[in-house]
Amino acid sequence: MRNVTLLLEDGTAFHGQSFGYEKPVAGEVVFNTAMMGYPESLTDPSYAGQMMVLTYPLVGNYGVPPFSIEQNGIATFMESEKIHAEAIIVSDYSTAYSHWNAKESLADWLKREQVPGITGIDTRHLTKVLREHGVMMGKILFDDEPDNIPSAQYEGVNYIAKVSCKEVTRYGEGQGKKVVLVDCGVKNNIIRCLLKRGVEVIRVPWNYDFNELEFDGLFLANGPGDPDTAIDAVKNIKKFLDAEKEKGKVRPCMGICMGNQLLAKAAGATIYKLKYGHRSHNQPVQQVGTKRCFITSQNHGYAVDSKTLPSDWEPLFVNMNDGSNEGIRHTKLPWFSAQFHPEAASGPVDTEFLFDDFVKLL
Amino acid sequence: MLDSNIKKVLLLGSGALKIGEAGEFDYSGSQALKALKEEGIETVLINPNIATVQTSEGVADKIYFLPVTPFFVEKVIQKEKPQGILLAFGGQTALNCGVALYQQKILEKYHVKVLGTPVQAIIDTEDRELFVKKLDEIDVKTIKSHACETIEEARKAAADLGYPVIIRAAYALGGLGSGFCDNEEELNKLAEKAFSFSPQVLVEKSLKGWKEIEYEVVRDRFDNCITVCNMENFDPLGIHTGESIVIAPSQTLTNSEYHKLRALAIKIIRHIGIVGECNVQYAFDPESEDYRVIEVNARLSRSSALASKATGYPLAFVAAKLGLGYGLFDLKNSVTKTTSAFFEPALDYVVCKIPRWDLGKFRGVDRELGSSMKSVGEVMAIGRTFEEAIQKGLRMIGQGLHGFVGNHELAIDDVDAALKAPTDKRVLVVEKALHSGYTVDQIHDLTKIDKWFLYKLQNILNTYVELQKKGAIQNVDTELMRRAKVQGFTDFQISRAVGLEAMIDPEIATKLVRELRKQMGILPVVKQIDTLAAEYPAQTNYLYLTYSGVAHDITYENDRNSIIVLGSGAYRIGSSVEFDWCGVQALNTIRKNGFRSVMINYNPETVSTDYDMCDRLYFDELTFERVMDIIELENPHGVIVSTGGQIPNNLAMRLDSERVPILGTSAKSIDNAEDRDKFSAMCDRIGVDQPAWAALTSMDDINQFIEKVGFPVLVRPSYVLSGAAMNVCSNQDELERFLQLAANISKKHPVVVSKFHEHNKEIEMDAVAKDGEIIAYAISEHIEFAGVHSGDATIQFPPQKIYVETVRQIKKVSKKIAKELNISGPFNIQFLAEQNHLRVIECNLRASRSFPFVSKVLKLNLIELATKIMLGLPFERPEKNLFDLDYVGIKASQFSFNRLQKADPVLGVDMASTGEVGCIGDDTASALLCAMLSVGHRIPKKGVLLSTGPGKQKADMLRAAQQLIEHGYQLYATGGTSRYLEENGIKNTLVHWPSEEGAQPQALDLLHSHDIDMVVNVPKNLSVGELTNGYKIRRAAIDLNIPLITNSRLASAFIDAFCTKSLDDIEIKAWSEF
Repeated sequence: MRNVTLLLEDGTAFHGQSFGYEKPVAGEVVFNTAMMGYPESLTDPSYAGQMMVLTYPLVGNYGVPPFSIEQNGIATFMESEKIHAEAIIVSDYSTAYSHWNAKESLADWLKREQVPGITGIDTRHLTKVLREHGVMMGKILFDDEPDNIPSAQYEGVNYIAKVSCKEVTRYGEGQGKKVVLVDCGVKNNIIRCLLKRGVEVIRVPWNYDFNELEFDGLFLANGPGDPDTAIDAVKNIKKFLDAEKEKGKVRPCMGICMGNQLLAKAAGATIYKLKYGHRSHNQPVQQVGTKRCFITSQNHGYAVDSKTLPSDWEPLFVNMNDGSNEGIRHTKLPWFSAQFHPEAASGPVDTEFLFDDFVKLL
Repeated sequence: MLDSNIKKVLLLGSGALKIGEAGEFDYSGSQALKALKEEGIETVLINPNIATVQTSEGVADKIYFLPVTPFFVEKVIQKEKPQGILLAFGGQTALNCGVALYQQKILEKYHVKVLGTPVQAIIDTEDRELFVKKLDEIDVKTIKSHACETIEEARKAAADLGYPVIIRAAYALGGLGSGFCDNEEELNKLAEKAFSFSPQVLVEKSLKGWKEIEYEVVRDRFDNCITVCNMENFDPLGIHTGESIVIAPSQTLTNSEYHKLRALAIKIIRHIGIVGECNVQYAFDPESEDYRVIEVNARLSRSSALASKATGYPLAFVAAKLGLGYGLFDLKNSVTKTTSAFFEPALDYVVCKIPRWDLGKFRGVDRELGSSMKSVGEVMAIGRTFEEAIQKGLRMIGQGLHGFVGNHELAIDDVDAALKAPTDKRVLVVEKALHSGYTVDQIHDLTKIDKWFLYKLQNILNTYVELQKKGAIQNVDTELMRRAKVQGFTDFQISRAVGLEAMIDPEIATKLVRELRKQMGILPVVKQIDTLAAEYPAQTNYLYLTYSGVAHDITYENDRNSIIVLGSGAYRIGSSVEFDWCGVQALNTIRKNGFRSVMINYNPETVSTDYDMCDRLYFDELTFERVMDIIELENPHGVIVSTGGQIPNNLAMRLDSERVPILGTSAKSIDNAEDRDKFSAMCDRIGVDQPAWAALTSMDDINQFIEKVGFPVLVRPSYVLSGAAMNVCSNQDELERFLQLAANISKKHPVVVSKFHEHNKEIEMDAVAKDGEIIAYAISEHIEFAGVHSGDATIQFPPQKIYVETVRQIKKVSKKIAKELNISGPFNIQFLAEQNHLRVIECNLRASRSFPFVSKVLKLNLIELATKIMLGLPFERPEKNLFDLDYVGIKASQFSFNRLQKADPVLGVDMASTGEVGCIGDDTASALLCAMLSVGHRIPKKGVLLSTGPGKQKADMLRAAQQLIEHGYQLYATGGTSRYLEENGIKNTLVHWPSEEGAQPQALDLLHSHDIDMVVNVPKNLSVGELTNGYKIRRAAIDLNIPLITNSRLASAFIDAFCTKSLDDIEIKAWSEF
């Protein structure tokens, strides 16, 4: 294994070995405290532009499942059609794996998809550096090659445009009520969760004006990057909200993660960047005004500033650790969203009932 | 939130430590009491286990050292009138007692509310049939078991399911009376045994080879649920989880598998209606996502204690708060102190639990691991690679292993067979197989251990082989050295691999490697266990060391204000909760006096490894290497080696040679007491008598020595082949048989032979001295004569039947020894008294097993006093005198023979008990009754079988036999005993030994029919016939759950107690009321 260095923008260096594809790479360095689910996380489009640090040290244990595609065009086990993270950074990569459903090792997969992976890093210490400093840009460099790659830029880049689909796709055509899914970088499991509930999903590009389509409900997906760059999406959502308000029977809308932020923006609230984001499977959220609490899967670097919500909107969930916003809803109309991931994959499935709530409203 | 009517709460403890129910319940009970105290609720504790931390002053408001049985609990309820009761913190003992109290409507009668999980939910999880029905309601798959009430039903169920099947007794702890049956013959045997423990026996299809996965789940009364931790067994299903190496978190589950089982666990806990904590165990198909729920424990368990330590999430504390009515959202994460307790810990390390067995102590025991638990303790190792964790863990169990590799080679004839039939040596067999060229696939086929674990073990071996190939330490480069350390190699292992250890003194070789490694800049780093994988800063110092890292999590003050206390390691026979109590008392004293308290220990069942108990907890090894690593970082004011039993005591000399400041008695003095020759020389010098002894290297020498001193002799081989390590031999025949069987005599392995003094009293002196002057002491007396190990003996304190002259002598001799060894701190001397002639058996310059017992009976904390002395602090000279006490404490031993299939339940010079209780009474009879009932004896109702061994013992028992007759008991006796009783005019029924085939009535039949409900069997000698006959009776008593006593003096005392005192006569008094 070749020796590599992870160099952070503040000059901190971590030394390790390469086990993935051998190319230098730059990106935003973020940490994820989940203890399993690397195939799901790597293929989560929300990780576009980011180098994912796993705090759980042992990675690769159960290999990688086959990249099979179902009849409806969705991968059986993965969250999108490819790895979106720029790189994966771990402490103790397990070269040997063992699982009945594994088809290849994590290393082989990374190499196939040309994504670097490095091991031997004190990911706990790295996480503490990121926690104290906030997320940073970084580079993975090969010790036997000069540093000749440019630094990456994360903030202000429209990653949504990079990962979103380019044309309209329909799933489960004719099987029930029609849901427009705005693809800001959607995870397959959102589509699976909707299809499972007997609706037709019309997946549209992030900037597509879905208001012209015939549909029964609107679903705003997750996605990577800075929500302030998704101007077209916010415009379309606002158009939807404004038009619906005038109607007798208002069509429902639900958002997840980026969808929560875009809905909040369309409602008039503002977004800010968290110091080091929430990326884990153990984020506690409480439904505002109740004693109901949920363990959620999360992956976001930005949050809705609850204070800026207009009076006809209110926080729906709040993070029990840091008090940040975890979801919003309209005070009267059937519009709500979650900052966390009710579709899980990876992570706990405790909040999947939100899909039921949405489908019931259709 | 809180129910304001609850002002006083009763908590049931788990009693004596036994296999399947050990120190974990001291930890959970202590946490629960702390949680209640925080709320200002008055707490009452019933627990006869006097050596625990929870029964210490200030933990509960009132403590009753009484048996945890409905009879005594009702009496305490009557007296204390609590509004609430907690049943989930005292293991199966407390749970069973609670269910009985509920079913007998005692709780209802006294308006006592069960806090936390409702009793009905407990019953739903405990009764297999109800349990399956309950989970069927929510379509959760269980192992379909057939509840049978007769053997015929069991046979039919097994035939329907198809063999192999598993049998379990309902309502039994830790798989008691359970096992696998491959055919009907095995089923017949096992089922009978199971029925003796429980009216209901379950027959199930066996899922041998499936993965075993556990989840710890928490629910509050608002239906909020979390899973705190999941764990994966290294050993597949078929081996009890208490016998299995366990890894947290799971290593081989994908996201979808993990969360499928997690979601099921939550679904189950909601449906059953747990409020607090429970544990869900799954069997999981290694070839699909198919699963079965094995069981749900509706209480704190061994696994929950492990999960608490593995994650830093205080399950028992939180469960107690939830029982009071709090929601999880009301509580804070006790590590970060800022984030919510409603969360699921994220680990950034891997934890490995390894059981500790002591099967070598038992004659005849079945060593194969199965569905019933046999281990007596466990360790938890933390690392950032699996290799590091398991190697640490293998060293921690304290059975001479250096890790996975670098051990003495195991002699196995048939590796295939050994892989297939796992014993306590399981891991070593895997190492042997890998070493001899078996592939991971082959081993997997034979063991069903997941290949991932085997690959990791292969990594360790590969590194070892690579080091071996280097041939010399100077050929080892930095990369290889680092890799070895990251994989958990010790400096010793490295020195052995490269051949250095074989060439020079091992200690020097190890030191050389250490120095070289340090020059290479390869040093361990200290990491925190923080529950959130560094996402939030931790406010506690729960620490471990690893080589997988570049930076420490904490900064060191270097103010020389730290006091390091070395803990006692894995619980084992001979060292358990009593040393945890000692360690905790030392920590408390250190903290109270303004020092920084630092603990090193690795036993997840303890209170000393609760990160709240000290300022810094290093959950790590007690090897010289690791202790030195920590000392170098802490730069302490001093180290205490005298409160953790033998492990720290043994480190004293090596630490001293590194100029580590050892507090209290000097290392040289410790060595003078530990080294047989030096100690003897000292005794001779100061005129203290000892039993004659010699270390001998040939049979001739042994014979010569015995000619001089005469039989009987105590024989102690230094290298044990099999079976018990020590034995008393009364004639040449026995001596030769024992040595042939058990020992290998050679120049390298001398045998220590000492004169064995029969019918001597054994007396213990526990004391604290300062600069050689005794400051406080406690003298206690064994009920049994010498020959029963002091850890198995029944002890009375203050002594009831020794001469004043003997006491005077004891004080005199102890003073001399204390002065000569210049003792500062705790120590213990064991004496033999032949009339008034005293001989010293041994002297330990550390706290002994009986320190908590005598401290609590005397109401004088000897460890606190000793710690103050060791710290050089001012102290008050205690005014208390043991002869002023107007009550008696009795310490009785708990045996776990029922778990140790086939083991001969006989007591001898080697210790066999797994735990103890201590009860206080206004007189000896009351205290003894409480103590005996606490360790599982019952007052017989019908018949007593006497076979009372040699003449002297027969005579000892005469009065007791008379008393039994007077109280209407039916007496049964075997040949000689029957004759003897007859001659002395005591009516009895002659019963026959198993060897007397055809003669009627047979003793065994009467045991099976339960006409006999108490057995006194005193073994005569080691002759073959005596052993087989006596063994069969003793074993039958154990397997049929009939109380057995094998010592005539204890039997007499117990019989006298229950004949002269009825249970209703025992005054119910709290500790503070004596």
